[in-house]
Amino acid sequence: MSAAATSTAPAPAPSGRFQKREIRWWSSLLWPVAGLALLLLFNLLFTPGFFHVEVREGHLYGVLIDILNHGSKVMLLSLGMAVVIATGGVDLSVGAVMAIAGAVAAQLINRPGVPFPAVIGIALGVAIIAGCWNGVLVGVFNVQPIVATLILMVAGRGVAQLITDGQIITFTDPRLTYVGNGGLLGLPFPVWLSLGMLAITGLLTRKTAVGLFIESVGDNQTASTYAGVRAGRVKFLVYAFCGLCAGLAGLVEASNIKCADANHAGLFLELDAILAVVVGGTPLTGGRFYLGGAIVGGLFIQTLTTTMYMQNVSADVAPVPKALVILIVCLLQAPVFRKKMGAVFRKKGTS
Amino acid sequence: MRLPVKFIPLMATAFVLASLYIAGCVSFDGFGSLRVLVNLFGDNAVLGIAAVGATFVILSGGIDLSVGSVIAFTSILIAVLVGKGVSPFLAICIALLVGAAFGAFMGFLICAFELPPFLVTLAGMFLARGLGFIVHPQSLGITHPFFLDRVTNGLAIPLNDRISIPFTATCYVGIFLVALIGAHYTRFGRTIYAIGGDEHSAGLMGLPVNRTKLLTYTIAGLCSALAGVVYTFYMQSGDPASSIGLELDAIAAVVIGGTLLTGGVGFLAGTAMGVLIFGLIQTIITFKGDLNSWWTRIVVGFLVLMFILLQNAVSAISKRFGRKLGSAA
Repeated sequence: MSAAATSTAPAPAPSGRFQKREIRWWSSLLWPVAGLALLLLFNLLFTPGFFHVEVREGHLYGVLIDILNHGSKVMLLSLGMAVVIATGGVDLSVGAVMAIAGAVAAQLINRPGVPFPAVIGIALGVAIIAGCWNGVLVGVFNVQPIVATLILMVAGRGVAQLITDGQIITFTDPRLTYVGNGGLLGLPFPVWLSLGMLAITGLLTRKTAVGLFIESVGDNQTASTYAGVRAGRVKFLVYAFCGLCAGLAGLVEASNIKCADANHAGLFLELDAILAVVVGGTPLTGGRFYLGGAIVGGLFIQTLTTTMYMQNVSADVAPVPKALVILIVCLLQAPVFRKKMGAVFRKKGTS
Repeated sequence: MRLPVKFIPLMATAFVLASLYIAGCVSFDGFGSLRVLVNLFGDNAVLGIAAVGATFVILSGGIDLSVGSVIAFTSILIAVLVGKGVSPFLAICIALLVGAAFGAFMGFLICAFELPPFLVTLAGMFLARGLGFIVHPQSLGITHPFFLDRVTNGLAIPLNDRISIPFTATCYVGIFLVALIGAHYTRFGRTIYAIGGDEHSAGLMGLPVNRTKLLTYTIAGLCSALAGVVYTFYMQSGDPASSIGLELDAIAAVVIGGTLLTGGVGFLAGTAMGVLIFGLIQTIITFKGDLNSWWTRIVVGFLVLMFILLQNAVSAISKRFGRKLGSAA
């Protein structure tokens, strides 16, 4: 459908497109920020102590800081997921890749004689290789992204088990535990990590042509191929990048709990990451992506989770509100629903 | 010319199944016994029934991620209802109705608002999981004699004095046969294939696209609920935390069975073989003893990869054949 539309209509002039995006960029942030604000307002009214932040030993403590800290995993994942979804794909394997990265780091740090940068480098390298595996399947063999990444999602956890030998590997190395627990300038280190990755990703995609390539491949692969964009290579790169983000998130998770648990590390986090990206205004059909929206979406999900815990909702029942949020966001994004609602509002406006 | 190409993945699945079984028989004493064969069906009935529903949805070009959660939800619902004194028959009927209604609700959202099935069923997965915990927060045993005695002993079909076919296996085979007829010998089944092949063309041909899609998700919900019922037969309990990730096993079984995830191509028989392959891998790992169960996941992942690459090759071949046929006509 989109292929037919784009092939008949000439592409808009580049300058017009950029202007449009400037407007879109802010309006895209409007909805997720409004949702987040609504949640915070609810907490302001009904959750005592939610906004209480204090300084202890030079670090900030409080519920809000916890949200930032725990939300950083989803935020890191959602950056990689956003660019993957922008190409019209999806990566289901990020949870498994997190488990692999955590397992590699935990095994290496306990081995004497391995320098710390090598530990981090090898763990992230393995995660990038996992991402490249997805990228080869999707970009070179043209396998549908859901299936291609499903393979690693199923097998990846097995690989992580193989690395840890089925054990939960604990570690005490202060340098590795700093990644998930340390603080810098008052804020937890994972928060800085997420912000840094956001800045890097933003610069790479918005200040170079890469972002445009990604969006063009997601919008219409055939047209972008004819325009000279190597669609396969672009796809390969976004999956590799998604692997890197998953690796970072895996390091944060393992470091946070000071152990690598191949069974539970990053379990269902791929769904949270997809949800964060969608809440952030990036359509699952591809062709557009909003990194800022994805970050706000990640914060939104973590705030929702924390709110439910503080309202004494059991962790097991917590999926219900999450499901309702997905449905509402889906409906608000659906063109059909918008058209129907738009018709209702227009009638009201004219009468 | 086209027929053999269409059947290549199915034959590959049969080949993998046969070689796994023969390899097991050659390597281990007692692997070829009747008991192992019977248990293969009985132990994988829950996955098998869920995979039947998943096949319908995938054939129509959609996906259902809510399978595992709906199984858990219906199992705990039955356990609670029976515990409250509702007759087992009524409890099972209620559970099936709830499952079908749940599927229909997701189907409605997908059809009426053109929402992506991936997200809607993802929401359904969270919703059913949470609702299960609201019904009852922990696993709950069923003490009703219907589940304890009648299902395990009374309804099992004895083969000889020691081995009998468990009722779960009978359920699986029965549901599979009904689904087989539904998919291949009814107008509804053919419409699903048409929609999966090309939804737009199916609509232009005057086929009831939305109604069929809605019905497909309803059937998937019903199958998940049936799997939940069989779960209570198998475990004699309901558990809201059970079957996590089963939807992915079901999808993997469907893919190993030679069904294209883009829809329109595949066979229910392939899915049944995919489920049995899944079960055989687990049985072999159990027989081997020194291998850990995570090898199942690695082997299954590898098989899924092989079948996807095979599908790619097949579609390339059939495209070439299709062009030749087209020029000949």
